[in-house]
Amino acid sequence: MDLSIVWFWVVAFLFVGYFVLDGFDFGVGMSLPFLGRDDTDRRVLINTIGPVWDLNETWVIVAGASLFAAFPEWYATLFSGFYLALLLILLALIARGVSFEYRHQRPESRWKRWFDGMIVVGSAVPALLWGVAFANIVQGVPLDAGHNYTGTLFDLLNPYALLGGLTTLLLFFTHGVVFVSLKTEGEIRERARRLATRAGVVTILVAALFLLWTGLAFGTTWFWILAGVAAVALIGGWLANLRGAEGVSFTLLAITVAAAVFALFAALFPDVMPASNDPANGLTIENASSSEYTLTVMSWVAVVFLPLVLAYQAWTYWVFRKRVTRASIEAAAH
Amino acid sequence: MNELLDPLLLARWQFGLTTVYHFLFVPITIGLATTTAVFQTAWYRTGKAEYLRITRFFGSIFLINFAMGVVTGIVQEFQFGMNWSEYSRFVGDVFGAPLALEGLLAFFFEATFIGLWIFGWDKLPRGLHLATIWATAIGSILSAYFIIAANAFMQNPVGYEMNAEKGRAELVDIGALLTNPVALAAFPHTIAASFMVSSGLVISAAAWHLARNQHLDTMRPALKFGLWTMVAAGILTTFFGDQLSLAMVATQPMKMAAAEATYDTVCGADASFSLFTLGTPDGTSELFSIRVPYLLSLLSTHSFDGCVEGINDLQAQYTALYGPGDYAPIIWVTYWAFRWMIGLGLLHVIIAVVGLWLTRKGRMPKQAWIWKVAIWSFPLSLAAMIVGWIFTEMGRQPWIVFSLLWTESAVSPNVTGLDVLISLVAFTLIYGALAVVEVRLVIRAIKKGPPEVGEPHPETGRVEPATTVY
Repeated sequence: MDLSIVWFWVVAFLFVGYFVLDGFDFGVGMSLPFLGRDDTDRRVLINTIGPVWDLNETWVIVAGASLFAAFPEWYATLFSGFYLALLLILLALIARGVSFEYRHQRPESRWKRWFDGMIVVGSAVPALLWGVAFANIVQGVPLDAGHNYTGTLFDLLNPYALLGGLTTLLLFFTHGVVFVSLKTEGEIRERARRLATRAGVVTILVAALFLLWTGLAFGTTWFWILAGVAAVALIGGWLANLRGAEGVSFTLLAITVAAAVFALFAALFPDVMPASNDPANGLTIENASSSEYTLTVMSWVAVVFLPLVLAYQAWTYWVFRKRVTRASIEAAAH
Repeated sequence: MNELLDPLLLARWQFGLTTVYHFLFVPITIGLATTTAVFQTAWYRTGKAEYLRITRFFGSIFLINFAMGVVTGIVQEFQFGMNWSEYSRFVGDVFGAPLALEGLLAFFFEATFIGLWIFGWDKLPRGLHLATIWATAIGSILSAYFIIAANAFMQNPVGYEMNAEKGRAELVDIGALLTNPVALAAFPHTIAASFMVSSGLVISAAAWHLARNQHLDTMRPALKFGLWTMVAAGILTTFFGDQLSLAMVATQPMKMAAAEATYDTVCGADASFSLFTLGTPDGTSELFSIRVPYLLSLLSTHSFDGCVEGINDLQAQYTALYGPGDYAPIIWVTYWAFRWMIGLGLLHVIIAVVGLWLTRKGRMPKQAWIWKVAIWSFPLSLAAMIVGWIFTEMGRQPWIVFSLLWTESAVSPNVTGLDVLISLVAFTLIYGALAVVEVRLVIRAIKKGPPEVGEPHPETGRVEPATTVY
């Protein structure tokens, strides 16, 4: 098979990794006002993702760098085209990242409230805008002959893309809330379960609408298969949560996110950045990819190191497999 | 108004601002990760409570900086595509590979093991936990290698061929790219300088407490460690800096000429190095200058009778090679950045040597001013590092990739001046606010001193570290 096609799916895999992992971080961050009744609750929530949010976020850095290396044209068109949207994502990620580390540095409640707010906003903005961005990629955007985006920020905020954003927002939220129920004990765990049930209903409706719209407008065979997997997993995840099977629910929702993101890439294939104004201006796997030599080098690196990365990251999750309790937070010093 | 909204100018300011800001945290992180690992190793081997306390003390300062390094680092990667899309299209086939390697090999490693280190004190066996801080340190050093290899391509493009049809540079030899002579000299130079910065921080923090005659059991060994590291790192920085300047003369003679503001080619004794110049630094008139004969020849060629090409000759050469244009960087920036880098760097080695003499055999100077000088070690060594980076990047101008692509041709054509103004203002505001927060947190952590770590275990005599939570 052509290496550039392989790399299309490697890039897809890296973004899937990012959305599956950092997605539930966003969900946990957004759940602070819903599930955190006092400071100890909020610390419990933050500590469920404390050891792993940084490695989860790193997936976007690796995905971005791989896009740059394997598809320079795609990277250049996407990042310059979605300039202000990506700026908002960057500002949000900055706010969220420092807040995890700085929130616990001082005891004053004003200080903590300030960083809590940044965690909530810093989680919600990327959760929404990544969906908007990917929906726009699938839908196509106006490009000139030099493959440069010719629209504005507001052209990106069209109904289809906003629906995509709402879908990722809700999906990440529900996934994060289920993660909280999986990683905590007592009252907060119960609250999380109930919230996941309610949020899940909305998520199912919105996600179904988005996948249906995507399928009818841009669907391919593989899209429908993957979207079907996502739909079944989402409903299964919701049912599992209802029955209190937190681990099953979390896994099924992870499959939902993965299948949905893969489905978007399947709808895109073999384009990478279709032009809505003139198909000739669009970017395809063919005209956006790097040379054979670069892709060969990258393939060897990925084959050797990606399994290693997956192994030590899985081990990290295993090390921190215990539930976070109010007692464990209160017992620990700052 | 249109001049204010020049997208090229704004994009350059933004890249400069965000890079320098990010680079404040990089050397601190690299150096402090290793410093923390060294003290944790000492605790691992001896079980002494004071080593654990030093570990947790510098570990907490390290984490405050690490968070900033992480979040400002993402901006750097995104910015190539956002503001420099023509650069990304031109160079992605070559430049993307080291960035992807950096992410896959270094960032994942660093980001995973830092989490294990922060939260793993009571969850991992002691030896394994020690390994996580070393893994973090190694990851941060490895990431520096890849990013410097990528940067070295911009200074001295190697391992590529031009694809005329696609109008881009393509990678043909990854080995050559990763063993770029500029990278091989710049990497150890930068890492050694990072240890100068982190030892500056160690010296400052220790001096603050020792000046107040407190925490002697922890801050005296810390000071000793900081001073010795500064001397050793200073020697290595100088050695590899010298290697780097040889590589620079070979590959970017204009940068060396600009570092010295040498307009005409000079040889032997005339190839002097000015320590200080008063006048118009564009070379049109010189009022006063302290010069060391032969020194520039020695720096550039390692011989007394070497020649150093001047800006005017190089300008003529480059015009013949690459067509008309101004091939000189901004001379006053390169001239003074080069001097401040070397001056501040050497000053710190001298301060550290004097410090070792003053504290020999357990002596503690009583004079307040001595400790004040020591406390300035950190900000000034960081300043030396920053001007060094400014020198190497500003000295590359007007090229974004030397001899291949002009900076002005690399900017995103569709990103408007207003777009860049918005992002520049947004970054300035958030970075400014975070700078205030972070500096206050670091100062607060330093003033708080090393934390108590509890009583030793009755049987083993060891202190067991407490759990960490956010």
